[in-house]
Amino acid sequence: MEKTLNNKAWFLVLPVLVIVAFSAIVPLMTVVNYAVNDTFGNNEFFWVGLEWFEEMVTSDRLHEALGRQILFSAIILAIEVPLGIYIALNMPKRGFWASLCLVLMALPLLIPFNVVGTIWQIFGRVDIGLLGRYLAEFGFDYNYTNDPLDAWITVIVMDVWHWTSLVALLCYAGLQSIPNAYYQAAKVDQASRWAVFRYIELPKMAGVLLIAVLLRFMDSFMIYTEPFVVTGGGPGNSTTFLSIDLVKMAIGQFDLGPAAAFSIMYFLVILLVSWIFYTVMTNLDKEEGK
Amino acid sequence: MAQITLKNLAHSYLAHPRGEQDFALKAMDHVWQDGGAYALLGSSGCGKTTLLNIISGLLRPSQGRVLFGDRDVTDAETAERNIAQVFQFPVVYDTMTLRDNLAFPLRNRGKDTAYIARRVEQIARMIGMEAILDRKARGLTADAKQKISLGRGMVREDVNAILFDEPLTVIDPHMKWELRTQLKRLHREFGHTMIYVTHDQTEALTFADKVVVMYDGRVVQMGTPEELFETPAHTFVGYFIGSPGMNLLPAEIRGNTAHLGGASVPLDAAYGPVPGRAQIGIRPEYAVLTEGDGLPISIRRVEDVGRHRIVRGEVAGHGVNVIAPEGMPIGPALTHVRFTPDRINVYADDWRVAPAKGIR
Repeated sequence: MEKTLNNKAWFLVLPVLVIVAFSAIVPLMTVVNYAVNDTFGNNEFFWVGLEWFEEMVTSDRLHEALGRQILFSAIILAIEVPLGIYIALNMPKRGFWASLCLVLMALPLLIPFNVVGTIWQIFGRVDIGLLGRYLAEFGFDYNYTNDPLDAWITVIVMDVWHWTSLVALLCYAGLQSIPNAYYQAAKVDQASRWAVFRYIELPKMAGVLLIAVLLRFMDSFMIYTEPFVVTGGGPGNSTTFLSIDLVKMAIGQFDLGPAAAFSIMYFLVILLVSWIFYTVMTNLDKEEGK
Repeated sequence: MAQITLKNLAHSYLAHPRGEQDFALKAMDHVWQDGGAYALLGSSGCGKTTLLNIISGLLRPSQGRVLFGDRDVTDAETAERNIAQVFQFPVVYDTMTLRDNLAFPLRNRGKDTAYIARRVEQIARMIGMEAILDRKARGLTADAKQKISLGRGMVREDVNAILFDEPLTVIDPHMKWELRTQLKRLHREFGHTMIYVTHDQTEALTFADKVVVMYDGRVVQMGTPEELFETPAHTFVGYFIGSPGMNLLPAEIRGNTAHLGGASVPLDAAYGPVPGRAQIGIRPEYAVLTEGDGLPISIRRVEDVGRHRIVRGEVAGHGVNVIAPEGMPIGPALTHVRFTPDRINVYADDWRVAPAKGIR
């Protein structure tokens, strides 16, 4: 049958285009506008070109925040991914206890971010917090409000508490899809526990694990609410991650130009890393289809 | 290698079975001779896989013992039993190369490298995959994966037995025949005890020296293909083996005559009183259409299957199949069917009854 070429169908894409334009492109362009202009209010803009970008790229403040951010993401990935896998491996496979575990695991995920922050802010306080008070009783010199290390530990433990469930649940779903025959065959082949993990469980989890890592990376790289509520970025600047720094710059100091340049670079970094993840994932799929 | 003995074995998947109907495997005693090629035949859900998993130790029986030679292995782990098992759906280690897949069971048992390399090559040649040994197992077709599983099952030479759980289900018919022939050759060459679970009678009859037929959690008969064909010990065997299966007709047995529906059928031996529900069984191959000799039959349908024709008819209200040789004209003159007397088996409550001794 002759195919008729009709480009009018493209008009059907128009509504999506309009929605995306108003929800993403136009706001983004406003940011671009701020990033290449200077303004003193009254909607008067003076063209400054890439000046703000140059300032930001060479700014020690941004470098430090970026360093802290990378360190934070690296630490929480290094803890949450192995811990999540470990928990998933040890969860009951079926029955009442499996359901109970699933519900308990899902609970932290359902708590709003600022509430999580508040919980840990109070939990860790030396004067009234359950954790802080008891640590002090036992002689630990713990105080997240004036010790940078304590602040870091608190923020990291909080994130692990909040998000390890996500990794565990995703891995659990991957594990559930492994047919029993694989475990039986491994027994017959006299495979060690490690070999079962390495050659059966890990390959089956690889897909969901990549998604988990991607989600956890993006989320942790953009983290704002919880550390802001607990430490406010302090003590000093020790827990001032990129988002916190950005908000300080834009709303605290009202440096809209540098902040806009900052956000664009921030956005590009996340885009770049996500693209890398995407490429890795699709390459894995390709290998599978070979 | 060793003889495998099952002593008073039974299994239930329930923690507290309340009576026989709760048992997936009813109490049985059975001996698998060392070096035998067995087929375990039965319809789905009759307990074949359960029995296999008990032998390999993946399942612990609710009661009874499993013996390898003289050693009681009922509580021994699968690895300890040194058994190979191939499953219904292919199990390959996706991230390994085919070579590593085949070598895996040997490496886990700490064999030396030179031996492993030699043995893997040998098995690869057998399953026809020596050319692609270095590619990854991920992305192979289902039948290629199953060949790898089969290869992995056969790679160890010192196993006590190789168990196959319907291994050819996913393989296409042409390859099926070829692999089955290879398994058979392998059995002759190495003399492993092989137990092959299937619900396909052709597969069972061509593979095995001894076919074990299971029905409803029980072993109903073990015998050569010929024995299963000629003297089925249970009506299920008669019906399950053969195409079409054995004709079964309720009858009253008196001495050397069976009475049914007002007519009588001569038997070639005398029987004592038959307890319970009595039936006679006759294979369609041993029923002959005649022009007046035997029992009246009304023919319903004739199916031509190529090498012969299957005549479906009715005798005294019961369906009867007759196999008519190719070329024999079938017309309205054929009104009767005659059963060859020495091919008739007598059943009481589904179990075969032997003729009374000395009267034959």
